[in-house]
Amino acid sequence: MARAEATVAPPWRRRLARVPWQSLTPLLGLALLLVLGSMMHPAFLTPTNLLNVLTRSAFIGIIAVGGTFVIIAGGIDLSVGSMAAFLAGAMILAMNALAGNDLAPFTIVLLGVGMVLVAGLLAGAANGLAITRGRIEAFIVTLGTLGIFRSLVTYLADGGTISLDFAIRGVYRPVYFGSLLGIPYPVWVFAIVAVIGAIVLHRTRFGRYVRAIGSNQEVARYAAVRVERIRTLTFVIQGVCVAIAVILYVPRLGSASGSTGILWELEAIAAVIIGGTALKGGSGHIWGTVVGAVMLSFIGNVLNLTTAISEYLNGAVQGLIIIGAVFLQRGRSGR
Amino acid sequence: MTRTAATPQTRPTATETVLEGRGLSMAFGPVEVLHAVDCDVRAGEVHAVLGENGAGKSTLLKLKAGYHTPTAGEILLDGQPVRFRDSTEAESAGIVMIHQELSLVPDLTVEENVFLGHERHRFGIVDRRSQRRATRELLQTLRTSVDVTRRVRDLSVSQAQMVEIAKAVSRDVRVLCMDEPTDVLTGRETEVLFELVRRLTHDGVAVLYVSHKLEEIKTIADRVTILRDGYKVGTFDVDELTPTDMARRMVGRDLADMYPEKRPVAEHAESVLELEDVTVPGHAEGVSFALRRGEVLGLAGLVGAGRTELFEGVIGLRPATGRVRKDGAQVRWRHPEDAKHDGVAYLTEDRKGKGLLLRNNLRENLTLQALERFARPFTDIGKEREALEQAAKEFDVRVARLDVAAGALSGGNQQKLVLAKLMLTTPDVVILDEPTRGIDVGTKRQIYFYVADLIDKGTSVVLISSELPELIGLAHRIVVMQDGRVKGIVEGQDMNEETIMAYATGLRDQPTPGPEQSEVVHGAR
Repeated sequence: MARAEATVAPPWRRRLARVPWQSLTPLLGLALLLVLGSMMHPAFLTPTNLLNVLTRSAFIGIIAVGGTFVIIAGGIDLSVGSMAAFLAGAMILAMNALAGNDLAPFTIVLLGVGMVLVAGLLAGAANGLAITRGRIEAFIVTLGTLGIFRSLVTYLADGGTISLDFAIRGVYRPVYFGSLLGIPYPVWVFAIVAVIGAIVLHRTRFGRYVRAIGSNQEVARYAAVRVERIRTLTFVIQGVCVAIAVILYVPRLGSASGSTGILWELEAIAAVIIGGTALKGGSGHIWGTVVGAVMLSFIGNVLNLTTAISEYLNGAVQGLIIIGAVFLQRGRSGR
Repeated sequence: MTRTAATPQTRPTATETVLEGRGLSMAFGPVEVLHAVDCDVRAGEVHAVLGENGAGKSTLLKLKAGYHTPTAGEILLDGQPVRFRDSTEAESAGIVMIHQELSLVPDLTVEENVFLGHERHRFGIVDRRSQRRATRELLQTLRTSVDVTRRVRDLSVSQAQMVEIAKAVSRDVRVLCMDEPTDVLTGRETEVLFELVRRLTHDGVAVLYVSHKLEEIKTIADRVTILRDGYKVGTFDVDELTPTDMARRMVGRDLADMYPEKRPVAEHAESVLELEDVTVPGHAEGVSFALRRGEVLGLAGLVGAGRTELFEGVIGLRPATGRVRKDGAQVRWRHPEDAKHDGVAYLTEDRKGKGLLLRNNLRENLTLQALERFARPFTDIGKEREALEQAAKEFDVRVARLDVAAGALSGGNQQKLVLAKLMLTTPDVVILDEPTRGIDVGTKRQIYFYVADLIDKGTSVVLISSELPELIGLAHRIVVMQDGRVKGIVEGQDMNEETIMAYATGLRDQPTPGPEQSEVVHGAR
């Protein structure tokens, strides 16, 4: 009977057949968007504009990298937008409180960054444990924490806005506005988070387990995989990613309020799905998520630059693209 | 094969060909799995399709029932070429298929399932009373006492199978395609099914029957088409062939002895796995027995005796109480990973639902349970590939390409893959739960000899099986369970079907302790 070596097709055809054409759709979509954008406005393809768009995509992109783990493992996290707002508010309040003592502003920022990472980790762990230990649907738990985090930040801000101390702001500002080798810091961070995420997802046991659990949780359990632990960890990763996004977001405006990060969860989930990750879990790629996040950001930018469609319709265009992406996914899985 | 000339357009009588396939070929991607096969089925006959796993039986059936479109060849219904776009079209032409994988909706009731898509209406509202009555009558003719208002989720597998059959015959059926329907049925249910099949054929229904059980084909079929590796060996009158003939033609060689020679267990072999008073709530109660080094310990019992659940409890997949000792030391496995560390591996009876990630490739499936060997800390895909090639060779996994999804393998090859996956964890105690369910004779024999190899290498095996010949052929001793309790442990002369069945059905009980202290039998009241 035929074995592996018995393949008969010529090498070039095999190579062509091996190109995962359908998982390249997000990339093709992005290319199409770039072409359209450059035709619509001359300023679109300038380096300044492109870097600007990439910088803005960093928040959603970093959160979506975490979301990729959660969704591939068969979960969903609706709380990330509220969590970001809450973490931002808490971080600013903590740094303002520290500003009273005579610590150097630089030290305070470092302490704030450390604190928000721990807080993000704990928030993610809370979501994850409620889901795995409490055996509650991820959708329900994170819908609950979405409300909780949102109202906590509104409460902390007393219905208004929490503003960062000006002395600290001066030191912290470059984290968003500064750049290294001509590339803004947020883009660097986004890239680093994405690379680490990709390595963890595609090259470690943990990543393999995440995909196995999303494919079939029972099979993973019978194969001696610690399913609950892995699923909880995906939510912890998500929390840490939100914290990283917050670290980049706070110096941008220097404030947080009850309306910070509204609908970020939708944009993050959209980025993951546009990137080709199956909503029901099991398969997906970090690079697809990165492309998805960048695409969403470009759509807003194109609408801003051109007058063809009102920028107020940004959400509508994004919505259409999300539905279109899932439509293409459907064509892929239904064989 | 007798090729019937295109029949004139009259209603077929009892010997006329209803559905005919000519030169049917089927390829999935670059892999052709069926090569120009002719196969016709006549009104009023049972035409069996026999072959090893991967021989193309299910594919042939699916072509005829409109689930796939052949890549070459044609299908004739009453002599007229037809081309079904999907199974619904075939169904409306009277060709109905009963699946290997049940196709019922778990959350609907029996009645709702039977009438799914064909609801009876009254003033625009589903007439449930009439549906219920009809379903009840239908099930009565099948001699199945299933409450029609129960959800399918709550039925046993064999009950669900009967409902599936009821659903098929409730449609106006001319050709009934059955894919290994008795795999999940008990002996009595099988008889009821056969009676039903006889009644259907008497009414002029043509039945295409896929099975790998030779005796069964001998009992029920009129003609048999034998496939090997996607090629047709021939179509024969069943009366012409003995089961041995069939097996030989199916495998393409003589089946030497089905079972390997039993290696005697060393006289003072120590216990490697001891269960003492183990209880799995709702499934097993106060179970005690011991597995000795180098032994194949059989576990017999009817469906629902709690054998699977017992061992799922032992290795940490379910809550369980009692004492378990591995190599003499008491252990407490809260998770299968704990059992894995102690060298115990469990092969699930549900290889599609719990054994394999059907959408993932063979490599990822193979290494899932022993991934730590391939990740230090990054997964070494090259090493995984080597392991896959080696496993494919060692376990004789037959597949054209090694980069396909696990779901594309035939049942027997899937089982070999799960077995290979288990063995990568290098266990010294292996629990095999129905290791040969749904696989053909040739592969079964391979698995039997593999079990003997394991014993030679010093591994000990618990074999849970519903096939008594297999237990008797392989095991040194057989523990018989009924209703979650051990009813007896048989060995030597007592290892025969009558004795085992007597214990399994509760006709006999063995309240006295066995010959050794470690074999104390609890459970009898």
